Amino acid sequence: MTAAFRTTAAGRLKGAKPVSFSFDGASYQALEGDTLASALLANGVHLMGRSFKYHRPRGVLSAGAEEPNALVGIHRDAARKTPNVRATVQEVYDGLTAVSQNRWPSLAFDVGAVNDIASPMFSAGFYYKTFMWPKAAWKSIYEPTIRASAGLGVAPDRPDPDHYASRYAHCDVLVLGGGAAGLSAALAAAETGVRVIVADEQPAVGGALRFETGSAIDGAAGWDWAQATAARLAAMDNVRVLTRTTAFGYYAQNMVGLVERVSDHLADPGHDLPRERLWQVRAKRVILATGAIERHMVFDGNDKPGVMLASAARTYLNHFGVLVGKTIGVFTASDSAYAAAIDLKQAGAAIAAIVDLRDNPAGALIDRARALGIEILSGRTVVRASGNLRVASMTVRATSGGPERTIPVDALLMSAGWTPSVHLFSQSRGKVAFDTATRRFLPGDYAQDCVSVGACNGTDTLADTVKEAIAAGEKAAKAAGAGKAAALKLKAETSESWAGGMVGAAPGAGPDTSGKAFVDFQNDVTAKDIRLAVREGMRSIEHVKRFTTNGMATDQGKTSNIHGLAIAAEALGKEMPEVGLTTFRAPYTPVTFGALIGHAKGRLFDPTRRTAFHAQEEKLGAVFEDVGQWKRAWYYPRAGEDMHAAVNRECATVRKAAGIFDASTLGKIEVVGPDAAKFMELMYTNPWEKLEPGRCRYGIMLREDGFIYDDGVVGRLAADRFHVTTTTGGAARVMNHMEDYLQTEFPHLDVWLTSISEQWAVIAVQGPKSRDIIAPLVEGIDMSDAAMPHMSVREARICGAPTRLFRMSFTGERGFEINVPADYAAAVWDAVWAQGQKHGACAYGTEAMHVLRAEKGYIIVGQDTDGTVTPQDAGLDWAVGKKKTDFVGIRGLKRPDLVAKGRKQLVGLRTKDPKVVLEEGAQIVADPKQPIPMKMLGHVTSSYWSENCGRGIALGLVAGGFERMGQTLYVPMPDKVIEVEVVGQVFFDEKGERLHG
Amino acid sequence: MADASRAHPLAGRKVANSAVTLTPAEPAARLSLRARPDGIAALSKALGVKLPAAPKTSATSKSGARVALWLGPDEWLVIDTGGGDPAADCAKATALHSAVDISHRNTAIMVEGKGAEATLSAGCPQDLSRAVFPVGACSRTILGKIEVVVWRTGETAFRVECWRSFSTYAFDFLEEAARDAAIAA
Amino acid sequence: MLLIHCPYCEEDRPELEFRNAGEAHIARPENIAEISDEEFAQFFFIRSNPKGLIYERWRHIHGCARFFNAVRDSVSDKFLMTYKAGEKRPAVKAGEKA
Repeated sequence: MTAAFRTTAAGRLKGAKPVSFSFDGASYQALEGDTLASALLANGVHLMGRSFKYHRPRGVLSAGAEEPNALVGIHRDAARKTPNVRATVQEVYDGLTAVSQNRWPSLAFDVGAVNDIASPMFSAGFYYKTFMWPKAAWKSIYEPTIRASAGLGVAPDRPDPDHYASRYAHCDVLVLGGGAAGLSAALAAAETGVRVIVADEQPAVGGALRFETGSAIDGAAGWDWAQATAARLAAMDNVRVLTRTTAFGYYAQNMVGLVERVSDHLADPGHDLPRERLWQVRAKRVILATGAIERHMVFDGNDKPGVMLASAARTYLNHFGVLVGKTIGVFTASDSAYAAAIDLKQAGAAIAAIVDLRDNPAGALIDRARALGIEILSGRTVVRASGNLRVASMTVRATSGGPERTIPVDALLMSAGWTPSVHLFSQSRGKVAFDTATRRFLPGDYAQDCVSVGACNGTDTLADTVKEAIAAGEKAAKAAGAGKAAALKLKAETSESWAGGMVGAAPGAGPDTSGKAFVDFQNDVTAKDIRLAVREGMRSIEHVKRFTTNGMATDQGKTSNIHGLAIAAEALGKEMPEVGLTTFRAPYTPVTFGALIGHAKGRLFDPTRRTAFHAQEEKLGAVFEDVGQWKRAWYYPRAGEDMHAAVNRECATVRKAAGIFDASTLGKIEVVGPDAAKFMELMYTNPWEKLEPGRCRYGIMLREDGFIYDDGVVGRLAADRFHVTTTTGGAARVMNHMEDYLQTEFPHLDVWLTSISEQWAVIAVQGPKSRDIIAPLVEGIDMSDAAMPHMSVREARICGAPTRLFRMSFTGERGFEINVPADYAAAVWDAVWAQGQKHGACAYGTEAMHVLRAEKGYIIVGQDTDGTVTPQDAGLDWAVGKKKTDFVGIRGLKRPDLVAKGRKQLVGLRTKDPKVVLEEGAQIVADPKQPIPMKMLGHVTSSYWSENCGRGIALGLVAGGFERMGQTLYVPMPDKVIEVEVVGQVFFDEKGERLHG
Repeated sequence: MADASRAHPLAGRKVANSAVTLTPAEPAARLSLRARPDGIAALSKALGVKLPAAPKTSATSKSGARVALWLGPDEWLVIDTGGGDPAADCAKATALHSAVDISHRNTAIMVEGKGAEATLSAGCPQDLSRAVFPVGACSRTILGKIEVVVWRTGETAFRVECWRSFSTYAFDFLEEAARDAAIAA
Repeated sequence: MLLIHCPYCEEDRPELEFRNAGEAHIARPENIAEISDEEFAQFFFIRSNPKGLIYERWRHIHGCARFFNAVRDSVSDKFLMTYKAGEKRPAVKAGEKA
């Protein structure tokens, strides 16, 4: 069945496949190629939504991206619910389900509409003035209630199952807009051979040629020429044509963000198609051909369903074959609305009258309308549109006043003229200039390598537009380095006219009138609200905008900004430019989070780094923890063990037999060159020149301010080669820090740095049995204590693979760290593990590692230090070379506040009750009975249950800590106060005998 | 332990669609080579590859099994896929230099097919068109959220080198990108 | 995303490959261990943070990995020129494209 308002007299969907869709549960027929708006209008449905604040019934205003009223929810399935979709943009597909928003219980009967009756209460600034007291109620009562009743659609409550693609693209000439101007420019540029991208937001190119049937280019009807030109461009190797693609943001140095809607228009997109594709385009030259947006008329009742832009009605007719009404009124100050009336009349609609604000409109279009017998009421204004859920009449009187005449209509078309779309130009930081003659803002000073052509540049006639566009395309191509010149010539003819136009409220909606003459439909801002803002003292348009919210809805005031500015200027008695134009910001139209995120979700949200031993650890039942991007084995629970039990067992086993630990994530840097030791002297507090090859040293790195930046064990492999280790978290920044000094402060040194963090996988084998475990696997070196003492390094082979074998310890036990090239790591782990089984060893994770090092008082940079701790504070003064004359941080250490008494120092804390384990981060005080706020002495930095010590152990930073040895301090907790004794940092094997034993 | 037993971090991964194939590269010997201009001649001789001096360029040995990629004004990534030992070769040169074995630090993914450029462009902000990034061009750059070295080995073929622990991310990213490259060139 | 001309790669490259490294031409005193508290404060803590022309350090960290210097307009964000580390501070006037 053909929908009631579909006509055969016009439109391009003839023969298109019928599809069905639903709106608020009712089923309708549409044609493939329809938008939701055109399909609903074809079925005679004008009521599509309720307004934001007053819940007034609303229909479509436009036929494009500027739509402020017809916002709906599109529900594909339970997870795919998109709110606030413009019905004028959403293409219909078979089975599409749309629902109206911001109404209860139904669109036709909405309780919230009481706001409209009570509207005198809700003038601009109402919220600011009313909900001021009590203050607490704003968050708990006022805001939630206001948000629930005034609002847009509902956000989906499930994860987005769609995927989104992204692409960087580079071109010589980027053309934004695929109307007559954009296509002409693109063709001119493309024919020179340069790389061209042309983007248009509609499903097909054409721009205004979609509705302007009076235009012809190159001898073909405008629309047909556009389609043929797009096909010609798409066939060229150097051109990419993107439709359904919105340029939403114009960024620095001609980077433009485009969103291509790939599958929102498809009934069954399938699995492979992304929903959207983000294009980040870098162009040498940009041509803006973004056209113009028709303005509505500001008069009472201009928001009734059925009242719409003249160009919209013409689009619905000439493109979609839909009549927006049967008896149609027109209210205009521009010639272009006459063309709409003529087209509709010829398609069989009755034109009730054309009401023209102008006293003596003249021209070919006016003559043609008159010849068709259309009544033209010039010098008149529409003071009111009436009707409940649909416009039923317009009331007309002379612009100067006088008697009123009411004319029945079922649709009312308006045109106050055309606003050049300078949004992207403005985003490029170009400055608009006010054209006094036409009262519009046009591109003025350019900030980037771009140019505007056609309607967005204020060029109104087709012939001028095409000429200007061709010239711009050729010039841009040449500037971008085109090798040859193009000689494109296009003949353009048109019977269209965009002459005329006005800004501000229509006569009849002036300061002394009542009624709601809407300026901003989406945010329910009326002419009166703007005037009120001025009366309340707002002087700049930026203030008026924020006070009234004019132009602040998701449509960004595409239709409302200029009217709002004109009304404010009139109220202020100023010229429009003196009041200012608000800044246009990205995005031009709303962009989904999905498009911006692109591939970066799920497994690609952030890199997950696994060591070469990961599979081995998984096999052993490891529980992993996130350490930065790394997955590290945290502990290895056995059957029946919780974390606590597993860690206790691991800690005990290491000290009794041995433990095997994955230390691969530590940063590693190879420092190579004849000046390697000299460079190390500068980067670390320790002395290095005399460290013999084959020996290791614990090094501390400071920042220039004297605070600890990183630490790690460094092995000297040869006179000119060091193997430096860093903390896991410090790997990248330490490398950067060292490169910075080497390149910019010490470039005279003959030394280079190479990250080898991932070249070498590292198995730490720690414990009294460690040597017994690995010795049978190691070839070519003597591993006896005499030949290979604590803190030594050897290059050897293990299981046939090369190894850098360190004898070192982060547990206080005899220990080794086996560095093997990562691809051999798993095999070596397996061999070590098998050996370990013979000696009662276990695998231990990062938690046990933390406990074991805390038992020995070994610090963790970033846990026991926080960027304000010096080596002295940490009890590491011994690691600072006293005879050195320079190293990074040497001067910082002498700063008055770093040598002052009373600094926080790292000490051990013994709870009086051995069973108590302190909380990390807990504060420490001298007197728990002092009034709150108490004087804090410091805080607990590390705290664990130590199975080996049989008690809780802790480290803490305490003011004057070294002088408080033996003192009792207190840790106040919410439910109790914990007594602690200040002790040394080492809790286990204080003499350190086990390292060598 | 022979090279045959090297465990590839991307073992078993493979992607092939109508536009692009992704294949983990065979294990290779790699060297991070650093030297000043006066050392280039001697090192080139030792390696059997003329170390390129121009940014974004590479040079290949006569056999084709060894390549030197310019990464910085004093830095080259030497890749040997023929079983050679570039570290040992460099050790013969007396010119001032730093040669560090990074054979296992990096791994590589071959991105090949008519959609290769589009695949990389999903996450690499550089202009990879043949005019700007011709065959033989190479650069350290960004792919999504990680650092990579991209080397164009053919009109429609790239080798992407990344650090070992980032290779899963790199392959996953390229897999997603390849899917889209088969849809939009 | 800005394009930044790397003086070592001799090419404009995307900002994603770079990292800012603070104000340029602040040399670490050669006798740093001996300088006064006041001199240390000037060297380490005090930065000019001008409105307009700013000399700053950048690192092409995900490219050639070199540190270099740039002259940039802190109002417009625009780079006026870049030059290699160690080269003399060029005299550039605001609004001038070097």
